[in-house]
Amino acid sequence: MWRRYSRLFGADPAADVKDELRFHLQAKIDDLVAQGWAPDVARKEAERQFGDLRAVQKIGVRMGEKMERRKRLKDYWNDSLQDVRYTFRTLGRDPGFAAVSILILALAIGANIAVFSVVNTMLLRPLPFPDSRQLVWIAPPPNACGLSCATYSADAYEEFRDQSRAYQDVTGYMAFGTPDNLRLTGRGEPEPATGIDVIGNFFQVLGVQPAMGRLFTSEESHGGPHPVALLANAYWRRQFNGDPAIVGKAVELNGTPITVVGVLPDSFDFGAVFSPGAKVDVFTPLDLNLERNWGNIVTLIGRLKPGVTVAQALDDANRVAPNIYFNTKYPDTLGRYKGDLIPVPLKDYITGKLRRSLIALWCAVGVILLIAGVNLSNLLLSRAVARAKEFAVRGALGASRGRIVRQLLMESLVLSGAGAAVGLGLAVMIIAWLAHQGAVALPLLSSLRIDGQALGWTVLVAGFTATSFGLLPGLRIASGNLQEMLKDTGPGAGLGRKHERVRAALVIFEVALACVLLVSAGLLLRSFVKVLDVDLGFQPERAASIKVEYDDTAPTNEASQTKRGEIFQQIIARVSALPGVEAAGISDYLPLGPNREWDQPVPKGKIFDPGELPDPLVYVITPGFIRAMGTRMHGRDFTWADGPHSERVVLINASAARVYWPGEDAVGKILMRGTEEDRVVGVVDDIHEETVEGGTGSQIYYPAMQQVPSDAQLVVRTSLPPATLASSVLRALRELNPNQPAAEFRPVQTIVDRAVSPRRFFMLLVAAFAGLGLLLAALGIYGVISYSVTRQAQAIGIRMALGASVWRVQSQVLAGTMRLACAGMVLGTLLALVVARLISSLLFGTSSWDLPTYFGMALALLMVAAISGYIPARRASGVNPMEVLRSN
Amino acid sequence: MDTAKLEFFRGTLDVLILKALVWGPLHGYAITSLIRRQSDDALLLEEGTLYPALWRLENKGWLDAEWGLSENNRKAKFYKLTTEGRRQLRHEVKTWEAYATAVAKVLAATQPPLPEEVA
Repeated sequence: MWRRYSRLFGADPAADVKDELRFHLQAKIDDLVAQGWAPDVARKEAERQFGDLRAVQKIGVRMGEKMERRKRLKDYWNDSLQDVRYTFRTLGRDPGFAAVSILILALAIGANIAVFSVVNTMLLRPLPFPDSRQLVWIAPPPNACGLSCATYSADAYEEFRDQSRAYQDVTGYMAFGTPDNLRLTGRGEPEPATGIDVIGNFFQVLGVQPAMGRLFTSEESHGGPHPVALLANAYWRRQFNGDPAIVGKAVELNGTPITVVGVLPDSFDFGAVFSPGAKVDVFTPLDLNLERNWGNIVTLIGRLKPGVTVAQALDDANRVAPNIYFNTKYPDTLGRYKGDLIPVPLKDYITGKLRRSLIALWCAVGVILLIAGVNLSNLLLSRAVARAKEFAVRGALGASRGRIVRQLLMESLVLSGAGAAVGLGLAVMIIAWLAHQGAVALPLLSSLRIDGQALGWTVLVAGFTATSFGLLPGLRIASGNLQEMLKDTGPGAGLGRKHERVRAALVIFEVALACVLLVSAGLLLRSFVKVLDVDLGFQPERAASIKVEYDDTAPTNEASQTKRGEIFQQIIARVSALPGVEAAGISDYLPLGPNREWDQPVPKGKIFDPGELPDPLVYVITPGFIRAMGTRMHGRDFTWADGPHSERVVLINASAARVYWPGEDAVGKILMRGTEEDRVVGVVDDIHEETVEGGTGSQIYYPAMQQVPSDAQLVVRTSLPPATLASSVLRALRELNPNQPAAEFRPVQTIVDRAVSPRRFFMLLVAAFAGLGLLLAALGIYGVISYSVTRQAQAIGIRMALGASVWRVQSQVLAGTMRLACAGMVLGTLLALVVARLISSLLFGTSSWDLPTYFGMALALLMVAAISGYIPARRASGVNPMEVLRSN
Repeated sequence: MDTAKLEFFRGTLDVLILKALVWGPLHGYAITSLIRRQSDDALLLEEGTLYPALWRLENKGWLDAEWGLSENNRKAKFYKLTTEGRRQLRHEVKTWEAYATAVAKVLAATQPPLPEEVA
């Protein structure tokens, strides 16, 4: 009998089996005794007939336990299904609450997925090349003079390749291409294209297989029998409509027929990896023999032998460096690259600079998730308080505490699940949008996508949010006293007040986190403004550039220089005559782009230690360029009279002048290049050559009539918006040269914009997160204040009945709000001070103690807090005393 | 024929248990005696083997078990057929009969089969 009831307290399969078998034996013995057996003999006989009692018992226990487990699992599953159904019912009854929580979670989770995808693409995932860990970028230490020095001469490349033992192979590309440097002709109007010269084995070293056709042969990389090219996949699809028979066809580039030998795969995006924000259409083999005298022009990329570490490669490079000539023709250039050949993993080179920004971004979305989670917790808590009676009744009817906690967890799981689903949709949109931001100079941006890892992250984030933030309200409720809850109906009852304290603490925490985000965003914003304020040395506003085609072929170098001078003079005269044009000039390179250096000029009559002289950045320009760029100078500009037969003249920048003739005026002095003398006729302000944020190095300007420009970029300074002049400038160029392609008339501002785009990108994202955080914090404040007003409606009613004024009631509610906000702000400011120190390396010209930022944060927060407190305050003062008093 | 040695064919015990419960719930001991009596003492099963079979059938959902009081007021576990168990019994009886007929046919044969025609 007893066992029947004992089962209520949980099943006991072992005892059940024992009981059952004991009964069997007893019945058998009874029968045998009835048949006349002696009792003890009967027992033996019964056991004999039964067989192996112990074995059967063991089987029974095992099977019983199995059944019990299955039953428990089934019960659990049934309970969960019931919880889910119940959750949907209760949420359906309160769609406003459900919508708000799902929206909050969707924003936070969506932002998290999107940022995770960015971080994953740029930091975590390996580069899109086979065995990409073997790839290294070989360059001087990054702080020396930036990318502009990260190049080597053709001889140095070959010597390094041949003497190094660490690499399977070494390759590189011509670092100094400019956009639209090619002209596709023979297909209607000439169209611009961007091409780049790569060392013949470039794709083999990277491990890129062509989608169609073949790669370059070793013969073609040394000036093969006829010119060949590989097309980028996107260019092939866009320009040639994905012509499946393109391989073997000739296309006319810059007037020369070039055979297309292959099309590269869609997965290979040169720009995304090596030159963020730019696109490359055509690849041609670099003929090292032709470039031998051009100075430092190729980058070095190596593929390490399997098992060779970067440290070993560095040792190898240190061994090789002293034996390398800059130019094998000049013995005194031996060892010029000493210590300048440092291999770093290619991935670190490409995304290493972004590591800190990305990690900061990741933390920012993490904080957003935290804020959203706290908000969810708060909402659930307020709901839980409102439902305390329901839980108390369920508890009284036999629901265990665990069951009630589970119910609450299930609710937050359903909410965060829905939030994650919506957030994923949001993230897909954000990612799709980001992947098409070609103008943002961030590497690998175009390969952004939501992949399996991102989905895994979503599940993780949703699960974490649901459990950590759903558990708190669950535990609070479950720990409450049922009796008390059932009684807790009146205003100001103990439990409600206790909950309110928890909620207030949560809101303070939330506000503090929002503070941190606001301060971070503020500091980044201030930095960005500072960056925009940097004196670039030129004025990008109202200047635009266009690539100019010209034909200066002539029998001799001098004739060519003369011819070029005449063409340029004509172009500039014609364009200057257009209405709205203030100045015009041509340069072969524009600032904030890739650049080059030629040689080490030496001031005449002075002796410098080796290594003391800079390798100045070279511009080859025409008269008018300095003025068109809006750069200040003293001395004189070049004139058209500075031709091949007159004295050689140069301009140098202020930095170079300081090095060459410290404390003196450089104008009129002589610079020696070998035996050639160049007279410095003017000193130009420093132009930021590579980055807006970095410093400037030495720069030297040669006249296009005395040196050979590699290219021609016409820069026009206008009094009208540049876009309005585009067609007339192009028409003027076409009249002079019918072969002029329809190149883009690009405002110089876009060059600057591109250079600052990564900073802008991160700043905008962090600012968006800060805005979101502020909004969520405001929501939190509103929730708490609003709830406490509702709870105290009766007290307020009484006070008003006793003569308290509307203003008094309102100010009291507002004071409560401000207390919360201020507590949060104090905590937040302390946190922000720590965080600001951590992100100080991301700042530019802004201290991490920047007072205006902190004041701005405080102001924004107080304003938002005031607004979110004012709404409930108004409601409080609108309480009708009579109604409230009657309602209870 | 030695009755005690009459071996149970595989699966036979299951169908016998199911059949035994057709007339109502029984405890394990009653099932053994029912089978013994209905077979005129021809089928004597080793009693120990009955229980694992019962638990297995209970596990499969063909039987339901409940604790109750035996005829002489002892606590005993009673088994009864579930709807699914009834269906299973019908099915197994059919299978058993088909099997028995086939075996009987072979054993009753008086001449070798005719050679099969090759089409």
